[in-house]
Amino acid sequence: MKFLVCISQTPDTTARVAFTPDGKAYDSTGVTFIMNPYDEWYALVRACELREALGGTVVAFHVGPAANETTIRKALAIGADEAVRVDAEPTSAAFTARQIAEYARSENFDLIFLGKETIDYNGAEVGAMVAEHLDLPYIALASKLDVEGSTAIVERDIEGGVEVVEVPLPLVVSAAKGMAEQRIPNMRGIMLARTKPLKVIPPVPVEEFVSVVKFTLPPPKAGVKLIDPENMDELVRLLHEEAKVI
Amino acid sequence: MVLVYAESPRGQIRKAAFEAVSFGRKLAEQLQMPCAAIVLGSVQGDAGELGRYGASRVFQVVHEGLHSLDSQVFTAVLAEAAQRLEASVLVLSHTSTGKTLAGRLAVRLKAGLVSGINGIASVGNDGSLQVLKPVFSGKATAEYSISSPVKVISLMGNAVRPEASGQPVPVEKLEIAVPAARVRVREVRTIEGRVPLPEAEIVVSAGRGMKDPSNWGIIEELANALGATTACSRPVADSHWRPHHEHVGQTGISIRPNLYIAVGISGAIQHLAGVNNSKVIVVINKDPEAPFFKAADYGVVGDLFEVVPRLTEAVRRFKAAQ
Repeated sequence: MKFLVCISQTPDTTARVAFTPDGKAYDSTGVTFIMNPYDEWYALVRACELREALGGTVVAFHVGPAANETTIRKALAIGADEAVRVDAEPTSAAFTARQIAEYARSENFDLIFLGKETIDYNGAEVGAMVAEHLDLPYIALASKLDVEGSTAIVERDIEGGVEVVEVPLPLVVSAAKGMAEQRIPNMRGIMLARTKPLKVIPPVPVEEFVSVVKFTLPPPKAGVKLIDPENMDELVRLLHEEAKVI
Repeated sequence: MVLVYAESPRGQIRKAAFEAVSFGRKLAEQLQMPCAAIVLGSVQGDAGELGRYGASRVFQVVHEGLHSLDSQVFTAVLAEAAQRLEASVLVLSHTSTGKTLAGRLAVRLKAGLVSGINGIASVGNDGSLQVLKPVFSGKATAEYSISSPVKVISLMGNAVRPEASGQPVPVEKLEIAVPAARVRVREVRTIEGRVPLPEAEIVVSAGRGMKDPSNWGIIEELANALGATTACSRPVADSHWRPHHEHVGQTGISIRPNLYIAVGISGAIQHLAGVNNSKVIVVINKDPEAPFFKAADYGVVGDLFEVVPRLTEAVRRFKAAQ
């Protein structure tokens, strides 16, 4: 079976959030970048587990400049067999989705995995766009996925529960927590990753409909109001009269 | 026209749909165009009730192929409806359903998409629309401009209050061809009783300070007294003290309730990222240095095993006096 795993790069979860003085872009000065956790912990690891069980190939796909190859090598160290990098800044979900679709169109993947969203721009848009470009079924927010013959059995998170569905392959799926357990690359994996193939391809142009006007940070909180732990009636009174939330 | 897809998972029009219609009405006023709602599949009750929330027309496509979500089927039907009705803005909810459909619809309609918005910044004279969206897990706000003639947006939960100020309207049936589904639902497992976390207005959440899963009774009691939904921090979910669907934070569920009560949670930056859009935050922790206090509106420094039952009693007294 052929698996494609789309990986993106995001600021580390503890990175400070700041923007350039014109407010148009994220200020990455001094920021460590990581593989988006949903892509790494769940999508990539589940694809590797399925490859181990069923045989086949896992291709890691990334849209980003050469500087991001550390992230791609990490995906190879975790278990991807080969990687493809589109040599361009991922300017929007529409742009990234188009790059994935153009590559995948001729490669006949059985399963295309993504994380449910990136932890920076929180779009949750790319997977559905890829599926539409390729006219494939799409399951978002999958927390469990098994393959039986040419069918995927998927549990998807819904509000207040899960829905278990069966879908014929090929399929596009976005991975949520629960689909797999995080894997730490071992030394053998890291060594192997250095020699695994990494192909660089040019981007296809995409017409952009969405642009950033500006980013803003929320105003600082006024400060916490401390309540006497003996006097919870006072807290209830404040929540009712001042905050008006109960 | 502003066309709102009023989602009805398992035949029920939910809070998210009423919020989306209320939001769609306000947007339509700004754009000086009508607001309509569309329902897919048969629903319990009267879909015309959406008129109360601001839809001047309510459309419905009834077909057995629309009972459960298949993104290709729903996209084909919604895109056809949007084109036939000449919708210039399609509004969805940023729910599991909306996340499944928004990207597809944007591609199909050649539309610009911004998902998970919580407001409109401005309406451009050139036909553009500027929307506001929380990014970096709520640590910042982005303003995006959508320039395409057709636009798709999805609305974050709890971003607007559903407002019932109008009248029910008659439901107009739309005849649209429904393609065959490829996704087949085997089973639905829902957690009974409580309001799902993304919809909850009050959330009581607890962390490692609880010491042991057997101590959760006091959290349940406080939640019951407040009519709240329970949640937990990541270490608690990872230790299997609580089910993972209760995990709120950057890698769990992001929520924005009116009131978030954090009990015995220190407030790691990844946890704050999932909850800091809550309207009011109350932190109960014995450690006055817990970072969560910096993000809190009200704080109680004390032993949670004494403070929480005391708060539950105070809430019960308050409710009884109401």
